[in-house]
Amino acid sequence: MSILHNHPAKAKEFVANDERMHWHDQALWFVREKRDRISKTIPEWETLRKYADQIKSHTMANLDKYLLEFEKNANAKGIKVHFAKDAQEHNEIVHRILSENNVKKVVKSKSMLTEECHLNPYLESKGMEVVDTDLGERIVQLRNEPPSHIVLPAIHLKKQDVSDTFHKEMGTEKGNYDPTYLTRAAREDLRQKFLDADAGITGVNFAIANTGGVVVCTNEGNADMGASLPKLHIACMGIEKVIPRLQDLSVFTRLLARSATGQAITSYTSHFHGPVEGGQMHIVIVDNKRTPFLQSESYKKALNCIRCGACMNTCPIYRRSGGHSYDYVIPGPIGSTLGTFRDPKKHKTLSFACTLCGSCTNVCPVKIDLDSQLYTHRQDLREMNIISNQKRLSMQFASWLMSKPALFDFAGKIARKVVPNLPKFMIYNRFNVWGKQRDLPDMPKKSFKELYKEEFGNDK
Amino acid sequence: MTSKELILKNIRTNNVVQDTTLPDYSNFGLTFEDKHSYFSTMLESVGGKALFIKKEELEETIKSIYPDEKIITSNVEGFSLANFDANKENDPHKLKDIDLAVVKGEFAVAENGAVWVKNRDNRHRALYFIAQNIILVLEKSAIVNNMHEAYELISFGEPSYGAFISGPSKTADIEQSLVIGAHGPKSGYVIFVE
Repeated sequence: MSILHNHPAKAKEFVANDERMHWHDQALWFVREKRDRISKTIPEWETLRKYADQIKSHTMANLDKYLLEFEKNANAKGIKVHFAKDAQEHNEIVHRILSENNVKKVVKSKSMLTEECHLNPYLESKGMEVVDTDLGERIVQLRNEPPSHIVLPAIHLKKQDVSDTFHKEMGTEKGNYDPTYLTRAAREDLRQKFLDADAGITGVNFAIANTGGVVVCTNEGNADMGASLPKLHIACMGIEKVIPRLQDLSVFTRLLARSATGQAITSYTSHFHGPVEGGQMHIVIVDNKRTPFLQSESYKKALNCIRCGACMNTCPIYRRSGGHSYDYVIPGPIGSTLGTFRDPKKHKTLSFACTLCGSCTNVCPVKIDLDSQLYTHRQDLREMNIISNQKRLSMQFASWLMSKPALFDFAGKIARKVVPNLPKFMIYNRFNVWGKQRDLPDMPKKSFKELYKEEFGNDK
Repeated sequence: MTSKELILKNIRTNNVVQDTTLPDYSNFGLTFEDKHSYFSTMLESVGGKALFIKKEELEETIKSIYPDEKIITSNVEGFSLANFDANKENDPHKLKDIDLAVVKGEFAVAENGAVWVKNRDNRHRALYFIAQNIILVLEKSAIVNNMHEAYELISFGEPSYGAFISGPSKTADIEQSLVIGAHGPKSGYVIFVE
């Protein structure tokens, strides 16, 4: 049974700390601005986005063919490929490979898929130690929290929070908030974990059909360390990560880091095409409710996402409500559409958080129609009859009123006269959810229609 | 039905995604009048540094940058300061105390300050990450404009590993403050020789 989730209620917790909310907003806007600056250094930026869209659409139309081609070529490189229909099977496959190799300690690099499948708790329940090695992921792992952003997992935390966590978990100096000091401490701690690990698990940014290898992008080099020191490397990917040809990677390696953090490229872009000497490499390809997107005219493009996070960095709602308020493995605009499609009942509030400003669609490097998808979700949820009565009835009333022009004009006239004179408690009460964080603007003297008539009344 | 068959069947059933043609990248992408200077600017913006020297100056140049590093390994032909042969070790864990790795790069990419490494003669891929400091050495002429040109030069015929490396390892996960040297090398020089 899915537990219902309520974005406005969760966001309320986040916005309660006004100072931190503004700080979070600013931090992400800074990243968005970096993205703007660097994208403008590439004259062919818009063509790149068009190409990315074309490559992804072509791949999705022929996904069966490319997955088989990828498998064949990966096998030829000595890589073992596994298919998992859902999260449970994914976890079982990973566990089986690990236990066949007597693995006790695993180092893991960032992978939203393994988060989605809840791999860590699964492996821990089988007695294995799983260490997340991306610094942001390590911080949230030590705090027992999920990541709040797909590229910047600890963006919601201040250095004081990190310092307190490290002091408690790693014995760093209390009150030393210096990011360099804290990063160095994590480096020493994690370096030992890398050296002690029996296996490395990584995510996959791109899987190349015509070469049979996978590409992982990081700035820290953690995926690379984890996949090159132990004898065993397991890479986990969703079915949508495959691209046709090696040269198509040029488009994505140019778009990914620029869209994500405003960098020209990540420090490391590793192309894994086989195991380390004397070792093993496995790739687990997972469906877990992805194939239904291919059957949906409205939401098919959501599967093209390359997980850059640009849509979250630009989203006015995400920036002010924090990643945890989404309560889905991927937050922000792309998470809202993915989550709502996969489990509409559980995530019925997410598409209503959107302001339909369209900024996410404008920055998306693969041109996903995010704002239209969220708008369509609202109608689909209404069709499915699973939105709250309060929302349903008020929308029903509004559509009834707006379909009667004379009555609508009359109601407007009354409102302009009455509302300014009403006592506050009659406007801001529990029935006016909208008014919780906002003030009504001053009522205008005249309606738009009246003003229009005055100005252009005689122009027929 | 196996999971593989099930997934393939689900992909084929009522797939509404419209097919499109794949792009052609010939003569595509921005180019630079001075590729080397753009490369230097890009590399410096991520905490690395590019140097341009004569082949015979390599040893003294490296000695002046890293006068105190003790354990040095290299797969650059003719480089005499190496005192540790990483290829002789069977286990990459033995590479953990390397202070400086002087590694051959294949070619550089001007648009993003990255260097492609895929060296058949480097036995352990861990070398690029486990060394405390890294210097990538390449021919001055080995530079392309952009990633489209770069992938024209890359192939994966046999089981192997390759990477674009741009600058040292870094992170900004604590309040977006940039810290150089996360897990991998704490500095990253690129030396072009001619």
